[in-house]
Amino acid sequence: MGDSQYSFSLTTFSPSGKLVQIEYALTAVSAGQTSLGIKASNGVVIATEKKLPSILVDENSVHKIQLLTPNIGVAYSGMGPDSRVLVRKSRKQAQQYKRLYNEPIPLSQLVRETAVVMQEFTQSGGVRPFGVSLLVAGFDDNGPQLYQVDPSGSYFSWKASAIGKNVSNAKTFLEKRYTDDMELEDAIHTAILTLKEGFEGQISGKNIEIGIVDASRKFRVLTPAEVDDYLAEVE
Amino acid sequence: MSITSYNGSALIAMVGKNCFAIASDRRLGVQFQTIATDFQRIFEIHETLYVGLSGLATDVQTMYQRLKFRHKLYNLREERNMRPETFASLVSAMLYEKRFGPYFCEPIIAGLNEDGTPFICTTDLIGAKQLSKDFVVSGTASESLYGACESMYKPNLEPEELFETISQALLSSVDRDCISGWGGIVHVVSADQVITRTLKGRMD
Repeated sequence: MGDSQYSFSLTTFSPSGKLVQIEYALTAVSAGQTSLGIKASNGVVIATEKKLPSILVDENSVHKIQLLTPNIGVAYSGMGPDSRVLVRKSRKQAQQYKRLYNEPIPLSQLVRETAVVMQEFTQSGGVRPFGVSLLVAGFDDNGPQLYQVDPSGSYFSWKASAIGKNVSNAKTFLEKRYTDDMELEDAIHTAILTLKEGFEGQISGKNIEIGIVDASRKFRVLTPAEVDDYLAEVE
Repeated sequence: MSITSYNGSALIAMVGKNCFAIASDRRLGVQFQTIATDFQRIFEIHETLYVGLSGLATDVQTMYQRLKFRHKLYNLREERNMRPETFASLVSAMLYEKRFGPYFCEPIIAGLNEDGTPFICTTDLIGAKQLSKDFVVSGTASESLYGACESMYKPNLEPEELFETISQALLSSVDRDCISGWGGIVHVVSADQVITRTLKGRMD
């Protein structure tokens, strides 16, 4: 990719010092369905809207939140197919680390390597930046962590964050509700309430996805039934 | 003449009570001619992790440089030292990369885990790891070393007793091998200190 005739970058500086392609990529992200994540004292929760284009789509076949390693999961906002490429690359990087060191990859290292890939696509020849921001959640030897990775390749660790549509409202809501000693169960309720804030239509276990990781270090996506239970608790 | 016995070497690592000892001979030879009597085979990777490399001297040096490089980068990225088991996996992977044109060296890895328990292991020249609870040996004198360690080793020795045991095992074994010897060097590592001593044996 990016060799031979395409050895020049398509992402170049504008006179104002911006990389316009990255700005446009961030616009694509802002048009994507809302995702958010909250780091609790004993775990992390990430959640995303799962609005499908038609009622005929089989929602069981759509997995927006995916596993990168047994203890790390990722949600995205933006272009789904771009996120799949990144998930694939990240999974491979995690496995390579495991093969080399016989040890699960620390979350910060996996995030860094993924961010490096995203940055490469803003500088290599013949390619465009990824049109996704990722929320990566995991539990490793440094405890629960939540990271956001942007199309530019910059990454940040967050206590709570939202990406996609409706970001400013969601973040304001999270700022009000977040406490440092929040536990995972509270965080799940808060995540649902935040999603509900900007949700168009009736929220249910079929049109949102929630992934959690706790001290057991096993990341899992909640079943629609479990999500419905949490929704009922929140009412 | 085998390439692994071109330079001559003898290495031992032993497990003690919350400590470990790693020792080697000091001879560097070109077949039967002795070139140096202060050759370094044991290297510190970090305060509680040491690696000893036996075999072809050029590969000993290159392997050490490559391992030091990898650990430095790891340290910068992960902002912590490598655990001994992790390092052993790294050594194994690096050796296997050269499966069909290997480094002619057989490393011994010895370190202390974060909880203070000692860890030792050895690998063959293409990375087959061999963990051990008591001792590991490597080098041209390995057969004698195995015998000496087997009879002299006792579990849960304190650092000073461990020093005596490993020194006796090393000196008696290299005396039975004409291409290793010319003294020895022993490092006894506990959580809070490292004691390094040189040994004077039969200087031949």
